Amino acid sequence: MKGVLMVIRFLIEKEFKQMMRTRVLPVVFVMLPLFVLFLMPKAATQEVKNLKVCVVDNDHSPLSARLVHKLSASTYFVLTETCPSYREALHCMEAGRADFIVEISPGFERELVAEGGSRVLVSVNGVNGVKAALGSSYLSQILTGYAAELWEEEGLLASRPVLAGLDVCPRYLFNAGLDYTVFMVPGLMAMLLVLVVGFLPALNIVGEKERGTIEQINVTPVGRFDFILSKLVPYWCVGLFILFYAMLLARVFYGLVPAGSVGLLLLFATLFILVVSCLGLIVSNYSDTMQQAALVMFFFLVIFILMSGLLTPVSSMPAWAKAVTYLNPLRYFIEALRMLYLKGSSFLELLPQFVALSLYAVVVWTWAIVSYKKNR
Amino acid sequence: MDIITVSKLRKSYRKGQVQALRGLNFTVDEGEIYGLIGPDGAGKTTLFRIMATLLLPDEGTVSVDGLDVVRDYKAIRRRIGYMPGRFSLYQDLSVEENLSFFASIFHTSIEENYDLVKDIYGQIEPFKTRKAGKLSGGMKQKLALSCALIHAPRVLILDEPTTGVDPVSRKEFWEMLKRLRLQHGITIIVSTPYMDEAGQCDHIALMQDGEFLRLDTPSGIVGAYTDTLWAVQADDMHRLLDDLRACPEVLTAFSFGEAFHVTVREEARMQELAAYLAGLGHRRVEVTPIQATVEDCFMSLMKKSDEG
Repeated sequence: MKGVLMVIRFLIEKEFKQMMRTRVLPVVFVMLPLFVLFLMPKAATQEVKNLKVCVVDNDHSPLSARLVHKLSASTYFVLTETCPSYREALHCMEAGRADFIVEISPGFERELVAEGGSRVLVSVNGVNGVKAALGSSYLSQILTGYAAELWEEEGLLASRPVLAGLDVCPRYLFNAGLDYTVFMVPGLMAMLLVLVVGFLPALNIVGEKERGTIEQINVTPVGRFDFILSKLVPYWCVGLFILFYAMLLARVFYGLVPAGSVGLLLLFATLFILVVSCLGLIVSNYSDTMQQAALVMFFFLVIFILMSGLLTPVSSMPAWAKAVTYLNPLRYFIEALRMLYLKGSSFLELLPQFVALSLYAVVVWTWAIVSYKKNR
Repeated sequence: MDIITVSKLRKSYRKGQVQALRGLNFTVDEGEIYGLIGPDGAGKTTLFRIMATLLLPDEGTVSVDGLDVVRDYKAIRRRIGYMPGRFSLYQDLSVEENLSFFASIFHTSIEENYDLVKDIYGQIEPFKTRKAGKLSGGMKQKLALSCALIHAPRVLILDEPTTGVDPVSRKEFWEMLKRLRLQHGITIIVSTPYMDEAGQCDHIALMQDGEFLRLDTPSGIVGAYTDTLWAVQADDMHRLLDDLRACPEVLTAFSFGEAFHVTVREEARMQELAAYLAGLGHRRVEVTPIQATVEDCFMSLMKKSDEG
């Protein structure tokens, strides 16, 4: 037994030496979390800002000018052009200088004063659906707000604004400011882990096959279990390093600390790293070349990330896609990480995720060991 | 005492389309150097991989040191040292790290078996901190041999260890193998495509297309050669080969170093052949009788096996 442990120790030592000697990997371990956590929450935000608005003011009255001013004062909109006609405004949109066209009809002020209401035409560039939907709802909020203002000031409008009768006042729990980074950062940590500890093991065994070193290992008495274990431990260490490093960065950049227990976080990370690196090793075992392994793993990683709820909520996926996410280990880990970071959930509340990841771990570990064949 | 016994060994690839080994039988005596000689594609590597427990045979049995390669593969791995044809040590580890790594996974250390490798490892020890990938071909080969030896195996299986190595290093390598056999009694089975290395072995097997053409001692194989063999040289070597092959007295003619080796009918005379060639306009024709080498035997056996 002592001898076996010694052998595993030497195998692990060798893996670490090789990993550190690549020169590029240690740099990746340090720089990747830095870039992902610093840049991604800023770039991957789904808040819509700086929408380009083109105004066609056919009225040229004080009231229409006040509406235009209100639009340009909003942080969501930038007034890029004012065009004399709708046709020209449409050219602006085609040229990409406008996302929205607001056309104020001639006699806007006169109709408001005389009849207590008028019309504003809003045209939206629908290419980016999210931008269009959010932008037009912001725009109608501004227009309704403007109408309410006028009504209050001068009683100009015959009818009250629609929303004014019911005052909805939401209070957001766990993420009071609905801050997007708070939601994204735990997910990005999980993505980092998948990228590093999923991808590297996929290249490892097949790399030994390509360089021929596996032949020399295979004629030694090193067992399959020992061999796979020695391949896993370094990635486990690297994964935990990246996780804690990312937690530190989250604290420094965004002042984000987990609301739940760090011990639980460690437990989930341990399970998750085991699952992902075993998947990588399985891919490696079945591949003949590094290129093949990289492509297969890339395919899986893209699916894992898209079907995990990292970028789009699982609850709004169609039924079949939801079913697929149950097979995705990343889904459980992101859920657990977000619950731990934002809600401070207890172990009992995380039990479903724990059971799912544990089952996954047992299956893939066994598979990784069995699929590694020393002789054919 | 037989240390390796191979019987009725068959192996095919691609669902039987390619027959790599067609029923091999042979035995290796303990403490001898056994050479497997044949061109690329003869099946040498397949045979070695089966003996090294890396490949499962289709039919037949192989036993190494009394153990079956299929049933007792774990125990065999402790008793053999295998050096694949391609350099397969960790190029990003240093010389010393490689050796100590392979020692430790066999539960031993460099110090424990230093006596066994000092002859070979001693030569590359001055460069022990250098990465294995940065070694020259001859040094890589010495390191690979050291790594295969470090756990004191009973049998060394060396797959084309001298391919791609310069003539001086090749000669040195054979000297090392002979000392290993003499001083430590290690049985060595080695394959090579170079016929001139056959003489270094105690027994050789000439292999072609997954079959043995002949198994014997090098002198036995040469002694069994019955054809009349001459070396022929002239100024215009290129035309000479065509003319020799066209000559009715000549049975075979092969290029061999500086000269052509030809076998002739029994009644043929050297002066007649020289005169015949001179008559065809060849100048400075030299015909000399020579002793057959293993390569001549191989050529003649190959021709016979093709005809048969």
